Amino acid sequence: MSLLSKPWLWSWVAAAVAFSLTLGLTSGRGAGELAYAALSFGAFAAIVGLGQMLVITLGPGNVDLSIPATMTLSATLALKAMGSDPNTAMLGLVIALAVGLGAGLANYALIFLLRLPPIIATLAASLVYQSLAIWSNRGLRIKPPEGLADFSTGRFLGLPNVAWVGLVLAIVVWVVLERSVWGRWLLATGQDLRVARLAGVPVELVRATTYTSVAVFASLAGYLLASFSGGAALNMGQEYLLMSIAVVVIGGTSIAGGYSNVPGVWGAALFMFLVVSMLNSYGAGAGVRNVLTGTIIIAIVIAASTRRART
Amino acid sequence: MTDRESAPLVTLTDAARHFGPVRALDGVSLSVHPGDCIGLVGHNGAGKSTLVNLINGGLAPSSGEIAFDAGASALEAGVRSVFQELSLCPNLTVAENLRISHSGLKGPGWRRPARAEIARSLDTIFPGHGIDPDAEVDTLSIAERQMVEIAIGFAPRGTEARLVILDEPTSSLDAGIADQLLSHVRRYCSEGGAVIFISHMLGEVFEVATRIIVLKDGKAVAERAAGGFTRQGLVDAMGHVTADTPETAEAARDFGAEVVRTDQGLTAREGEVVGLSGLAGHGQAVALARLYLSRTSSWHAGRRPEVVFVAGDRQRDGILPLWSILRNITVSILPQGARRGLVDRAAETRVAQDWKARIGIRTEDVTNPVLSLSGGNQQKVLFARALASPAPVVIMDDPMRGVDVGTKQDVYAMIRAEAARGRTFLWYSTETEEVCQCDRVFVFRNHEISAELTGAEITEERILEASFEMQEAS
Repeated sequence: MSLLSKPWLWSWVAAAVAFSLTLGLTSGRGAGELAYAALSFGAFAAIVGLGQMLVITLGPGNVDLSIPATMTLSATLALKAMGSDPNTAMLGLVIALAVGLGAGLANYALIFLLRLPPIIATLAASLVYQSLAIWSNRGLRIKPPEGLADFSTGRFLGLPNVAWVGLVLAIVVWVVLERSVWGRWLLATGQDLRVARLAGVPVELVRATTYTSVAVFASLAGYLLASFSGGAALNMGQEYLLMSIAVVVIGGTSIAGGYSNVPGVWGAALFMFLVVSMLNSYGAGAGVRNVLTGTIIIAIVIAASTRRART
Repeated sequence: MTDRESAPLVTLTDAARHFGPVRALDGVSLSVHPGDCIGLVGHNGAGKSTLVNLINGGLAPSSGEIAFDAGASALEAGVRSVFQELSLCPNLTVAENLRISHSGLKGPGWRRPARAEIARSLDTIFPGHGIDPDAEVDTLSIAERQMVEIAIGFAPRGTEARLVILDEPTSSLDAGIADQLLSHVRRYCSEGGAVIFISHMLGEVFEVATRIIVLKDGKAVAERAAGGFTRQGLVDAMGHVTADTPETAEAARDFGAEVVRTDQGLTAREGEVVGLSGLAGHGQAVALARLYLSRTSSWHAGRRPEVVFVAGDRQRDGILPLWSILRNITVSILPQGARRGLVDRAAETRVAQDWKARIGIRTEDVTNPVLSLSGGNQQKVLFARALASPAPVVIMDDPMRGVDVGTKQDVYAMIRAEAARGRTFLWYSTETEEVCQCDRVFVFRNHEISAELTGAEITEERILEASFEMQEAS
């Protein structure tokens, strides 16, 4: 297979083009800062995108729309428990992940027990999670403990710490998908649930663990994002609804299921940040920016999918 | 004979088609005249489907020429194909499926002429078929779908069908329906139509074909009038030496403990090959699917699965289309070789290579996509998937659809050998010949077991007898 036929390539090419167009305006100054910012903000999109990718790989109709609410709820509860006290970062992390685990299991329970379509189930559940967050938060903005704030905004070997987290997670997901039995089961289930079941794949176990993983990933992203931005806010997850789906699609994962693409998710996450900063630096207003972002996403998806169809 | 009738409908001159390094068809010359019924035989992967696709315009030849007597394209020349891979849209009704290939039906109220046309075609070919033109295709059994597809192939659709290509049309039909089709083909050809008839069931080919062409490795190795071949001569020309299977002389073997018992009354013992027979769509497939689902779980898969499943409807139940041959073979045995949840890729490759050789999957490399294989070879992949598993009970839902004669013999031998080692097989087949090889046969009628036959009782006659309601009092 030639390099051009790799579906993840397009998101990286797009990210590189947006990067160089932005730098074209400043004749190359600020390249380091721009890359650093893209890696920091892209990391959150990449983490939720990896989770969404697993769910979308389950096949048509599978998507998790409760990601923003899960992020908000887990961040709110974690920060409340930590109460800005030092040395509580681990406690906060455990609480955030536990919230994610609970949300994921609840989502799957709705899908499995009530036979609701995943879109409806996760959307309805997200209203509950969001309300829980509002109820427990009561308008307070609690700062994260100092050590945790330093970690989430800090760097290691020149790269932002959050990007390292996103990178390690991407590698883990890649190994699981490519090498593990569970990954094979997921890919088989996504191609055809009935065929997978008849081939002996425990399809409900696969679906349950997938819906749980995406919620745990979202809670991790929420925890890091709240620490990064100095506290949880009720609308902190909002933009990650569309973002999580966009990075999966731009990254070359098949919407029809059964085919995942881990490197593409990272490329797309960087691109989504870079395209906005590019349009900003060219002085585009908010309206123009949204229209252009939408157009560019459509163009890339078309470029990536026609290329794949020809191979 | 007028001039128009004697001129060939389609002429192929040294037509070839290559897929990369694979020479699927390597220079075939052929002409089809009105009134011809050409039997096309050959192994899985011999190039039959490729030849069909060249004639019907689905593929362009890599070299050589294809000429039609009327119009420039297969469509204008009245060439129709009925594929072995069912190509109906399952969410549409029977009449709506006709519309897909009949662009003359338009405007408000097009459904009425569509219903009339498909009903007429079905009535002509399969009198007493009982298929409602308004039924959605996914509510039909696989045999009924095949009947609809054949009826669409023969329907006039605005012009006239002059050459109909039937690719394995009878593999999912039971004997009675298949007979109706064969007599329709004979009638159609005697009225000046032409048919290309592809089948692995040589008896049928002899019954309808006026001329037989044998394909082997992409070349036409023999072409004669049907009377010029004997059955054995045909098998030899295809290039497969059929080892005369020693008739199962060891009459009553000893079987082990009972391992299967359903509330329908279906039972099987260790080491036994149990056949399910009866008319297609009378509950055999449903019974097997229910048995499989009740003995496996959606929640866990251990290292010792109890049952495995070989699908006959491979698109719906068997093939994972995005994957390679290798991954398709090993999907059911992943937990066995795994260490700490990771797939043992070396062992996996060994298993796939081993089965490629044992069952003769025609491919250079097991990492090729599974869809690069012909239909019969995909079926071999599904066999390999099941036989590679250690499960003691193997459930087979009409698994020989589109498999060539030679491979069938190999698989029969493999099933015998595995059974002798204590594995149990439950085998539903639409071919009576296959069912007669079983140790015990359950005949289904109206979703119930109407007879249980053992040993010498298993004859075609007894099976047919039990398949039909004998007292037609109703």
